[in-house]
Amino acid sequence: MTIDWQLLGFGDEGWGGVLLNAATVTVTVSLCAWLLGAILGSLLCWMQIGGSRWQQKLAGGYITLFRGVPELLVIYLFYFGGRQVVAFFGEILDIPGPYDVNGFVAGAIAIGLISGAYQSGVFRGAYYAIPKGTLEAATVTGMGRLMMFRRMIVPQALKTALPGMGNQWQSVIKESALVSVTGLVETMNQISTASNSTQMPFFFYSVGAVIYLIITTCSDFVFRYVEKVAMRGQQRARL
Amino acid sequence: MDFSFLQHTLVALLRGLPLTLNLAVLSLVGGGVLALLLNLLRQNRAGSYLARFYVWLFRGTPLLIQIFMIYYGLGSLPAVRESIFWPLLRDPYWCGLIALILNDAAYTSEILRGGLNAVSVQSLEAAKVCGMSRFTTLRRITLPIAIRQALPAYSNEIISMIKSTSLVSTISLMEMTGIADSIVSETFRALEVFLSAAIIYLLLTVLVSKGVALLERRLSPYYAGAR
Repeated sequence: MTIDWQLLGFGDEGWGGVLLNAATVTVTVSLCAWLLGAILGSLLCWMQIGGSRWQQKLAGGYITLFRGVPELLVIYLFYFGGRQVVAFFGEILDIPGPYDVNGFVAGAIAIGLISGAYQSGVFRGAYYAIPKGTLEAATVTGMGRLMMFRRMIVPQALKTALPGMGNQWQSVIKESALVSVTGLVETMNQISTASNSTQMPFFFYSVGAVIYLIITTCSDFVFRYVEKVAMRGQQRARL
Repeated sequence: MDFSFLQHTLVALLRGLPLTLNLAVLSLVGGGVLALLLNLLRQNRAGSYLARFYVWLFRGTPLLIQIFMIYYGLGSLPAVRESIFWPLLRDPYWCGLIALILNDAAYTSEILRGGLNAVSVQSLEAAKVCGMSRFTTLRRITLPIAIRQALPAYSNEIISMIKSTSLVSTISLMEMTGIADSIVSETFRALEVFLSAAIIYLLLTVLVSKGVALLERRLSPYYAGAR
């Protein structure tokens, strides 16, 4: 098989430029979803650890729901179902249509909500690994709850949580490929377009696979570096 | 709430359940066998690099791209179209199943590797002293211990495979998500239809996690002592 590498060029003829754009969209959607997941995950984790009984039940139900339903279905629900909801409110408020939901927003929220369910578990494990004495000491020295969270809980929990958060980031990147079904032009969508219009699906899907591998491998290095920084001065257990 | 529509939808969706379960079970079985082979490959250095490359490749790329690559990608190569595999690779069912198996094998092989690491050298030495052959040791000592250790992580993998089957709807297979999608495009009632599908998947995954928890307790008889 001869491959025309010009196809990946950056000029008018090549697909390089649009693919690079699409890869940027993939990373942006993933980053938004992952950050949303981290915020939501901490809230859920807080509800499960320190919440009242019904708060614990609510968080547990949320986690079961978003871990048990296929990611693709959640995205469909948010995109098509979101359209239905927007149309419903639009008709009530008498705003003229046509009604639409932004694919980026719907996708990022859908994946963020799923990621939140998983990240809360990561955070909960990390919280339990904090030596309780340090939290008692913080209470004794009169730290407020917010200061205790910022200066005691986050730095200590992050050390344990980072590998799990890294795993979550990897799966968020891969789940972002599913957002292509909403018409958002990210890597997967652009690759499909390219393979359809050139009639070279094998070549272009391989290119897509390589793009995802580059993103996941690079971010793995970043996470390892951050972990090393977070663990500095820390004695590691020997196996 | 239109109950007759909901009832109609649920009945239609349940017709996709056999295919969903079929794909999930077969991909777990095939992926499990392949994962075991990958771990046997790891015994020597070259094989270990090969296995690591496989895991890196299949965990680093989205399953959706793997499905599309096998379904649209391989079919576009003249060499594949002329080979004996073409009747298989022409069929979306087999393409979907192959992609799921290959993907599952990468994750399962890592879980199994963790389990194998938990097998102590002493127990293997004891098996050798008793005069067990390598195959008997694998069957009676190594795998039972490894599988028991790996079961909690493996239950996550089972659930994720059940959910992954929804992706084959993108290559025109009518399992539950595929049927849901087609009902939505007929009726434009996305919220009700996708929620019904979500509830069925949810029941399925809850059932599996409860089942595995039960199995775990059965397989760890010595924990029962700590009553």
